[in-house]
Amino acid sequence: MKLITAVVKPHRLDEIKEALQAFGVHGLTVTEASGYGRQRGHTEVYRGAEYTVDLVPKIRIEVLAEDDDADQLIEVIVKAARTGKIGDGKVWSLPVETAVRVRTGERGPDAL
Amino acid sequence: MAPAIMLAADAPKLSSANTGFMLICSALVMLMTPGLAFFYGGMVRVKSTLNMLMMSFISLGIVTILWVLYGFSLAFGTHNSLIGWNSDWFGLSNIGLTELWDGYSIPVFVFMVFQLMFAIITPALISGALADRVKFSAWSLFIALWVTIVYVPVAHWVWGADGWAYKLGVIDFAGGTAVHINAGAAALGVILVIGKRVGFKRDPMRPHSLPLVMLGAGLLWFGWFGFNAGSWLGNDDGVGALMFVNTQVATAAAMLAWLAYEKIRHGAFTTLGAASGAVAGLVAITPSGGAVSPLGAIAVGAIAGVACAAAVGLKFRFGYDDSLDVVGVHMVGGIIGSLLIGFFATGKGQSTATGVFYGDHTFTQLWKQCAGVFAVLAYSLIVSAVLAFLLDKTLGMRVTEDEEISGIDQAEHAETAYDFSGAGGGVTGSLAAPALAAAQNKKVDA
Repeated sequence: MKLITAVVKPHRLDEIKEALQAFGVHGLTVTEASGYGRQRGHTEVYRGAEYTVDLVPKIRIEVLAEDDDADQLIEVIVKAARTGKIGDGKVWSLPVETAVRVRTGERGPDAL
Repeated sequence: MAPAIMLAADAPKLSSANTGFMLICSALVMLMTPGLAFFYGGMVRVKSTLNMLMMSFISLGIVTILWVLYGFSLAFGTHNSLIGWNSDWFGLSNIGLTELWDGYSIPVFVFMVFQLMFAIITPALISGALADRVKFSAWSLFIALWVTIVYVPVAHWVWGADGWAYKLGVIDFAGGTAVHINAGAAALGVILVIGKRVGFKRDPMRPHSLPLVMLGAGLLWFGWFGFNAGSWLGNDDGVGALMFVNTQVATAAAMLAWLAYEKIRHGAFTTLGAASGAVAGLVAITPSGGAVSPLGAIAVGAIAGVACAAAVGLKFRFGYDDSLDVVGVHMVGGIIGSLLIGFFATGKGQSTATGVFYGDHTFTQLWKQCAGVFAVLAYSLIVSAVLAFLLDKTLGMRVTEDEEISGIDQAEHAETAYDFSGAGGGVTGSLAAPALAAAQNKKVDA
């Protein structure tokens, strides 16, 4: 199994969700996040005093997938998240040792 | 406080219309202090919101009591040109219910309570310069002493029947000198003594809630109609109405001017700029609104809007931490409004004195305004600085650095403004008061 993590622009969430549903993904976890990549942050002005805000709002999406599906799922997310502008985010995957569905106790691929 | 244009034959009688009007104006001015608390409260960081609110709110408590005990008597009694006294007014002990304020159709009680609201908001204004770092006990004592030895004499000079500035002919309709320059200069004096916030010019100190700032600015604008229009102490001859109009006009002009300035200078029309511009306009029209025409009010507002927007940056250049720009908005705005009387006074409002652009085109009124402005500025700045120095050497003015960094709300008030913990339904920590728990158990048992 793989854990696929995507840190992307908040307004792409709906597209990514729909694309994942179309692919057949049953569940995901979304967290509000903040950070920056190469684009850095933005500037705000209060009574003429300028403040640089480094951290930009992002969302972090986590999905568990079977090994065979992982690469394709990453492609689906990347395609749905892309705007072509700076700050689109990153997607990566990690190996997962086990997963358990809390309600039934099912383990491994059955728990997905 | 406003010069009396009363004919000797007109012995005033109690006017229920004017009395009702002035009671409403007094209530409007009272609302300015909580309005100011929100205006300031939104501009500080989350960790010192409550302290900022409390520094204004406590003034309602302290000044009210002092004013009734002796403040009103010292400010508005007659004694000499520097200080007043009237033993009948000590503790308001011998004032008749229908006894009229000298030359006006309203009771002494009404004038007293209207003036009380001015005395309350003036020290509250100072607190904006002291955000995040002053012990609440020291601040409370500062208010009591400052009102007694700075506000009361200055009010007497400017508005007392035998005050030297009043007799000289200095025009201060509703408090540009006695309230705004006084508070702004005091703020400057105190911060020169107590120093900067930890992290000034290094850490970001963004306002935590601009909606609160807007709410506060809106309440100030609304209450200011009582502050200004009420300062004619009745509305029999239209000067109060002129003042009302000028208040609205100058405030609008100042807001637009501030926004235009910052769009050109910094690239955006900001919410804080709109709120600050409005307050700058209100400050500037306060002394001048009874003397200028509505077109003059537009000029006063626009000049104040640009000048105050430019002035608020000075603290970074000179390195004094006027946290919320009390000096930049109230002192500078007050000076501008007071001095512009010397240019724009038409002679058709509260007095026949005219400015450079009207009447005989002389500088006479301008010099009088200068005398009033700089005397109050110097007195307030020096005495406030000495007062802060003495309090710092005895009680200590500042909280510890640790307390300042972790937040003055918790250190001084044992509270926090917001609960941000969403986990588990917002439950944070455990109930630390066994007495409360026991009390609750008893209720359940019964």
